[in-house]
Amino acid sequence: MGAQLRVYRQKIRTAQTTKKITRAMELISASRIQKAQQRVLASAPYARAVTRAVSAVATYSNVHHLLTTEPENPTRAAIVLFTSDRGLAGAFNAQVIREASELRTRLEADGKEVVHYLVGRKAVGYFAFRRRASERDWTGGTDNPEFGTAQEIAAAIVEKFIQPTEEGGVDEIHIVYNRFVSMLVQDPETVRLLPLEVVEGVEDPGTEHVALPLYEFEPDADDVLDALLPVYIESRIFNAMLQSAAAKHAATQKAMKSASDNADKLIKDYTRLANNARQSEITQQISEIVGGADALVK
Amino acid sequence: MADVKSLAVSVVAADHEVWSGEARQVVARTTIGEIGILAGHEPVLGILASGQVRVTLLDGSVVTASADDGFLSVQNDTVTIVAGTAHLVS
Repeated sequence: MGAQLRVYRQKIRTAQTTKKITRAMELISASRIQKAQQRVLASAPYARAVTRAVSAVATYSNVHHLLTTEPENPTRAAIVLFTSDRGLAGAFNAQVIREASELRTRLEADGKEVVHYLVGRKAVGYFAFRRRASERDWTGGTDNPEFGTAQEIAAAIVEKFIQPTEEGGVDEIHIVYNRFVSMLVQDPETVRLLPLEVVEGVEDPGTEHVALPLYEFEPDADDVLDALLPVYIESRIFNAMLQSAAAKHAATQKAMKSASDNADKLIKDYTRLANNARQSEITQQISEIVGGADALVK
Repeated sequence: MADVKSLAVSVVAADHEVWSGEARQVVARTTIGEIGILAGHEPVLGILASGQVRVTLLDGSVVTASADDGFLSVQNDTVTIVAGTAHLVS
């Protein structure tokens, strides 16, 4: 009987230790959400300025750019998948990977070949385990994305997009990432990045600003667009990375909170069981003593 | 002009706003040469060559920022200098 009691006590201790860890992780990610959100906000002026400039060029020039023209017959598409480096974030990585594979199925149904670009160790691990090929991957630093990485990714995919399809280039580029909606909700989101759909109603002319002014371009519209579009793509990718980082911290916090709550429940249940075991041990000892005393009297 | 009109200038990098405030003049280097901007300038969208951007404040002091691979937009006396990486040079 004593053995059972010991087992219960051990389980309680295990749950308590685990709870300490999950509680600490919960607090850490709670403080990191703040920072990650601030970074999303801090990058907003840049994104706004770039978007405005791109819509201005697109509105006031009839330039057809390579990055904005739809290929006539798209046969190959790329998916850029943004996951995190670490797990323990509930459905965070699973949901974005699922979203990507749904997109892949859709694209393949349209007769397009799909290549993958992976960001984050979790996506790389998922692909390695299933022995699926990926074009290129970036790991490390998803918690705290740097603009340099965004530039690297943008350069890689733009280069691939510009390459003719026959030589292994792609005709479309999609990005899949977790969008930070709120502390409780992180939505996987799919965006077609290339070919670009410029003027996405981000800065709708006519509402806030009466109209975009008639810009003078230096050196000329073509060159400005040439320089701007890659910057725009960089900023979109950077935004996706920042969103994904903030969402990851929020997801971790949620997951760790429910882990701590579960540990609490376990501790409570096992304490009840341990009390029960202790009580029945005492009861048995008493009845043994009483039984023994009776036997001696006779 | 009795009252000097001012420009609202902001220097923006990818991950944060580097500097913003009122200024009298902005001098930047585009790919085809230096451009100086005063209040009332026509709207311009120009590509910056890597180099320094000099902002002359209302009190005559100068703020210098280095901006790489960025662009500059001017409209309604608002100047935005956007660069992937930018920082103030003191």
